[in-house]
Amino acid sequence: MTTETIDTIKTSTGKSLRTEEMVVNMGPQHPSTHGVLRLEVVLDGEIVVDVIPHIGYLHRCFEKHCEHMTSYQQVIPYVDRMDYVAAMTNEHAFVTAAEKLLKIEVPERVHYIRIIMAELQRIASHLIAIGTFGIDMGAFTPFLYYFRDREKILDLFEMTCGARLLYNYMWIGGLSHDLPPQFIDKTKEFIVHFKKTLQEVNDLLNYNEIFIKRTAKVGVLPRDLAINYACSGPMLRASGVDFDLRRDDPYTLYDRFEWKVIIGEGEVGVVGDVWNRNMVRQKEMWESLKIIEQAINSLPEGDVQKAIPKRIRPTPGDAYGRVEGPRGEIGFYIVAEDNVTPYRVKGRAPAFVNLSVINEISKGAMLADLVAIIGSIDIVLGEVDR
Amino acid sequence: MTAQEIFEIIKSQFNDAVLDSKLENVPDPFIKIQTEKIKDVAQFVRDNEQLRFDYLMCLSGVDYKGKIGVTYNLYSMVHRHKITLKVEVPTESPNIPSVESIWKTANWHEREAFDMYGINFIGHPDLRRMLLPDDWEGYPLRKDYEVPEFYNGMKIPY
Amino acid sequence: MENLLSIFSNPIVISVLLAFVPLVFILVYALVVLYGEMKMAAHIQNRLAYMENGWHGTLQPFADMLKLLQKEDIIPQAADKLFFVLAPYLVFVGTYASFAVLPFSSGFIGSNIDLGIFYMVAVSSLVVVGLLMSGWASNNKWSLFGALRSAAQIVSYEIPGVLAILGVVMVLGTMNMQEMTKLQDGGIQNWLILGGNFPLYQKLSLLPFMILFFVIYLLSSMAEVNRTPFDLPEAESELVQGYNTEYSGMKFAIFYLAEYANLFLVSAVVVIMFFGGWTSPFGTFMSGPVWSAFWFVGKGMFFVFFNIWLRWTLPRLRVDQLMYVSWKVLTPFALAGVIAIGLIMVL
Repeated sequence: MTTETIDTIKTSTGKSLRTEEMVVNMGPQHPSTHGVLRLEVVLDGEIVVDVIPHIGYLHRCFEKHCEHMTSYQQVIPYVDRMDYVAAMTNEHAFVTAAEKLLKIEVPERVHYIRIIMAELQRIASHLIAIGTFGIDMGAFTPFLYYFRDREKILDLFEMTCGARLLYNYMWIGGLSHDLPPQFIDKTKEFIVHFKKTLQEVNDLLNYNEIFIKRTAKVGVLPRDLAINYACSGPMLRASGVDFDLRRDDPYTLYDRFEWKVIIGEGEVGVVGDVWNRNMVRQKEMWESLKIIEQAINSLPEGDVQKAIPKRIRPTPGDAYGRVEGPRGEIGFYIVAEDNVTPYRVKGRAPAFVNLSVINEISKGAMLADLVAIIGSIDIVLGEVDR
Repeated sequence: MTAQEIFEIIKSQFNDAVLDSKLENVPDPFIKIQTEKIKDVAQFVRDNEQLRFDYLMCLSGVDYKGKIGVTYNLYSMVHRHKITLKVEVPTESPNIPSVESIWKTANWHEREAFDMYGINFIGHPDLRRMLLPDDWEGYPLRKDYEVPEFYNGMKIPY
Repeated sequence: MENLLSIFSNPIVISVLLAFVPLVFILVYALVVLYGEMKMAAHIQNRLAYMENGWHGTLQPFADMLKLLQKEDIIPQAADKLFFVLAPYLVFVGTYASFAVLPFSSGFIGSNIDLGIFYMVAVSSLVVVGLLMSGWASNNKWSLFGALRSAAQIVSYEIPGVLAILGVVMVLGTMNMQEMTKLQDGGIQNWLILGGNFPLYQKLSLLPFMILFFVIYLLSSMAEVNRTPFDLPEAESELVQGYNTEYSGMKFAIFYLAEYANLFLVSAVVVIMFFGGWTSPFGTFMSGPVWSAFWFVGKGMFFVFFNIWLRWTLPRLRVDQLMYVSWKVLTPFALAGVIAIGLIMVL
């Protein structure tokens, strides 16, 4: 797939010195590539000339399975396993697409609980993203601090639906379980405790001189390139584009809460570089806490299972529904015919699309920067490969 | 802009390329385009001032039995409206012009569609298999796909 | 040496016995510091580690040692066998030979040569050779990368380190490590970091430069030992352990041992040059051959733990930033310091 170019340099006697570029494999098993991703890197010394990602090591034929289900509701556990780190938002995306196709209106309580779960999941996913990014940079400690708090979030999820990582919680038309009685108090405790950890890691990592030197001005993604490559989520916002699906393409009731969209401002480094992506994720966690607080305090009453249809047999047609996941825009394109089985389900995974940018933004970077760039794109191979 | 207005603008520019449309009472209004003209239509909808569809949300292959189609879900960051374009080709000769030069994100989406459906995107710079191993035979997401018995000496169905 | 002569009358036997003392010390110290590093890392990271074996896991290092000893020794087929096998031992020898000139106490030093610190700097360069050999012989692109980075790093950081040592030698007037320590005897005010055993005006003029040299030597010694923030050669997330990748079992254990021994070595040198070696901070109270061994090891361990603390707190520097720090920051400061010290000593 790559050609070795041979540069010739002439010495003073006129003979030519050959320098060759080295092709190195950051192979499927590697401590830093967050999963089974193979990167073929063409190096000129320490400078990266070309990066060719090879994916497909975790392909599980999810889309083919969906065509043999006996119900649309059966697709939801599969959808969980696409992005196993942030499963709630996957389910939210599929359920939004399916409800758009079937023209179902869910009660307000369902909307509010879905928002709470999605925001908790967003925090949990960002904790992993920033923690593992810190480890790639050599800072081992924020990872452990963050995982402690992620355990608390997973406890909240376990309290609600019984599962820590793969939930099968959001069903088409409602939810599988209502909130248990002690959920609200535990969440309030968690919010109070978590604000302290966020502040602590902020002081520890983000403005650390060495961290800034490693991440500022590295892997800059310009604005127009980001839109052309259909990047989404923190990658897009860190490049200065003021776009958030929760506000700009509303799919649920986010407009009832007061919260800000975080954009990369270039406080340190350049807009669109690795430092700003990290900062966008950090600040988004604060905003998520705000939303959860407001949602918990104003939770309406209702029955979460009222609108769940007994039999799902849609009119033929197709629909594309998308939500703002922690990594970007998760979309599902569902093609339905007059059958209980879906005809075609395509999952548009944000990490898949964001990863395609890597060739453009890592030209000219050093090998150590490549690790930083991959960490900042925040990929989860489950959804890249499906 | 509503779907009807978008349809009017496209139809006024490409009268014969527009084959079909369904704009009312559907979750996502779509316009079916003649396959050979899809690249010109894509260029037009990206650059036209009133449309400005600069964000390709999703590109999916679909197998309608006997025909293979590709669906383009488009979004405009500037005007905040959406539209869906569809093309169809017969299964025996699935050749579709590639829109990779217009939206770079189509590069990987089209590779995946090729991998799963066997659609040949004309003009794509690097069309090779993505999710399946490079020497896999067959196109799995087609409706008439049979899982092969052996792959490189390993038995597949168990 | 003299009192041992009376027991065994053969000097060769005595030399061999004396050579074993630092080895025993290194082995014991490695177990202690392994436990200490993991526990310190754990407490910094807000978790507990090593609670199973023994009280709070104190027997765990023995288990680790046993595990490494009984592992299968894998040599890759295409590796250069001679160099592959030789490399870890070369690294260890480079470190261990320098232990000969460390004054462990007022009554014990392996070899009391007048060239003490010069010899130490020279011999510890063997480590570079060993690392390069291991990287090359592994026949693995990632090991080669790690070895080349490591060699470049160690060689560039030797310059500011040696300049700092030169400054101290100029002040103290001797390269003999035992003499250096004796010159700082008599209490904490005589330690070189606080100006040394000189009249007051000279002491005050030396003080800022001693602190400068201390910082420079501390940083360059951390880079010599490949500890974070300078641990790019073994940066796990990029190079899968760098030059160590293909090693397993006993050879890996030797690399590990050599790294910890090297860590103690440079901490000991810092202590000897700036913090008075085996002298007691209280003057004559708590001094004597046994107490001074305690002080020496105690102060050395303090700096070892300082290193460990830094490792688990800071992220790591990139290769070119590492080189920048060495050549454009540390070396000019060290040169300026040496010139200034020269002027002060002349006047």
